[in-house]
Amino acid sequence: MTCETDAGQTSGSRRWSGQWLLDRPELMIFTSLAIIAAVFSFLNPSAFLSGINLRNMAVEGSTALIVCVGMTYVIITAGIDLSVGAVLVFSSVCSVLAMRAVGTDGSWAAAVGLLVSLGTAAIWGLINGMLIAYAKLNSLIVTLATIGIALGGARLLSGGVDLIGVPESIINGIGIGRVLGVPVIVMIAGVFTVVAGVVMHRTRFGLYTYAIGSNEQAARRAGINVERHLVTVYVIAAVCAGLAGYLSLTRFASTTIAGHGTDNLKAITAVVLGGTSLFGGTGTLYGTVAGVFIPVVLAAGLVIVGLPSFWQEVAVGIVLLLAVLVDQLRRRSK
Amino acid sequence: MSLPILEARGISKRFGHVHALIDADISVFRGEVVALIGDNGAGKSTLAKILSGALRPDTGEIRIDGAVTEIQSPIDARRHGIETVYQDLALALDLDPVQNVFLGREISAPGLLGLFGFLDLPAMRRRAEEAFRSLGVQVPALSAAVGNFSGGQRQGIAVARGLIWAERLVFMDEPTAALGVAQTWNVWNLIRRVRDRGISVVLISHSMPDVLAVADRIVVLRHGCRVATYGAKSVTSDELVGAMTGTLELAQSEGRSSGPTQRTNGDGE
Repeated sequence: MTCETDAGQTSGSRRWSGQWLLDRPELMIFTSLAIIAAVFSFLNPSAFLSGINLRNMAVEGSTALIVCVGMTYVIITAGIDLSVGAVLVFSSVCSVLAMRAVGTDGSWAAAVGLLVSLGTAAIWGLINGMLIAYAKLNSLIVTLATIGIALGGARLLSGGVDLIGVPESIINGIGIGRVLGVPVIVMIAGVFTVVAGVVMHRTRFGLYTYAIGSNEQAARRAGINVERHLVTVYVIAAVCAGLAGYLSLTRFASTTIAGHGTDNLKAITAVVLGGTSLFGGTGTLYGTVAGVFIPVVLAAGLVIVGLPSFWQEVAVGIVLLLAVLVDQLRRRSK
Repeated sequence: MSLPILEARGISKRFGHVHALIDADISVFRGEVVALIGDNGAGKSTLAKILSGALRPDTGEIRIDGAVTEIQSPIDARRHGIETVYQDLALALDLDPVQNVFLGREISAPGLLGLFGFLDLPAMRRRAEEAFRSLGVQVPALSAAVGNFSGGQRQGIAVARGLIWAERLVFMDEPTAALGVAQTWNVWNLIRRVRDRGISVVLISHSMPDVLAVADRIVVLRHGCRVATYGAKSVTSDELVGAMTGTLELAQSEGRSSGPTQRTNGDGE
């Protein structure tokens, strides 16, 4: 039936020039990031490309990136996790309390703090995941509810004030530590993201994540344990938030209870900018990396060239709309 | 005389007050194409779902190679070498053809990497390509998302997936419903090729041309009962429609012989 293939190609020839962009939205966002960075580098190379600015941008993006790694997994399953910021706060409060309880500064306290941070976060992920996968509740509502519970819980535990008492060893070793000029936090985020990316794109776990987001019914018929997989994905998202919480403790030497109210929306923005579809089934982690760094680079660059950094919010909003529009076009072309 | 590879006897299923199936029987022999036809609500989908493990019958027994077997789920059916090609195709449109074919049955990478869940992508690609070629299924690109393909191409992939994995039997629910003439021909050829390899096919269809073109035997359901069985060689479209709608009160002809051996009985209503 030649007419059918012809029909595909006549409309195809018109959109062919943009077809690869539609198929690979993450490349488009990478190109945008490169252009933005190039413009700032051109306008003020000495300041934008200075070691301190590059380091600041990298550190700024790193903790956000870790949260976004988990969010990417969740969104690929066609879900959403609004509770990441609240889980981050809750687990960092528990972590500080645990490290204070250990008392002595040292690797022992640091390890306990990390384990408590990741462990309490995992519990939140388990709660989210069970309610979403087994009780079949909507992920938006479940995680909206757990925001309140986790954040309220964190304030109850901390007495409503930020806690200090983070061991010096991890502040110096991780928070402000550098190896060969590269901040330790950046290295941790880098390794973490690469591992998560390999899992997503090369393993059975990653394949099942895409399959569930693409067609849950088909995944189930293929013998995939959809419920268990979804729970695991929400646990991963929460553990990412827990790790980011621990790193933010080492960076700020205290909890930052009031500072994470929009982490969830920022993470969703970055993931969608990076070409992951809110409808699930498609997305890449390297796209998310670009999506995380666009707001960061814009914010730093605008300040450097002397424009109000509020333009960053405007620009990110516009780029986000474009990203969603491209996703819509891509879906319609199928 | 060989046993049927799949035999169901006295299958009944109720949904609330609706009797979807009343004491229905069906048997499928090796390398045979059996068409299951009937009007809407005749119970053919229910029967197919029970045989492929998607539903459990209220009463009745299913035998595989003569042994009474409970088919708990489609996954369980797969373990018995029974595959289903669903009417909605059950493809993940964002995944490529290779991933769709192997979903749930991936080939692990050798050694330690395999234990960590890494996949042997080249091996899966090779095997899928080989299978598509041997079945004559047209796949425009092995690494493009299936969502980019035409309806006929998607259907080809879904059918091929069932045929690749089936060791004994494939259920196909309206496999040509969305297809043009040429693509329908392709599906028929696929079915014949699979039959020639000794794999049986149960075809659930509304389409008289489908049924007459490829079926060896035709089972007609009406109001949840089997009302007739025909050898496909000697039956006409009119007779089938008559049996489906009840204008012909016919009895079954058991066995695989061509030509309807007809007896009247009062079993229909």
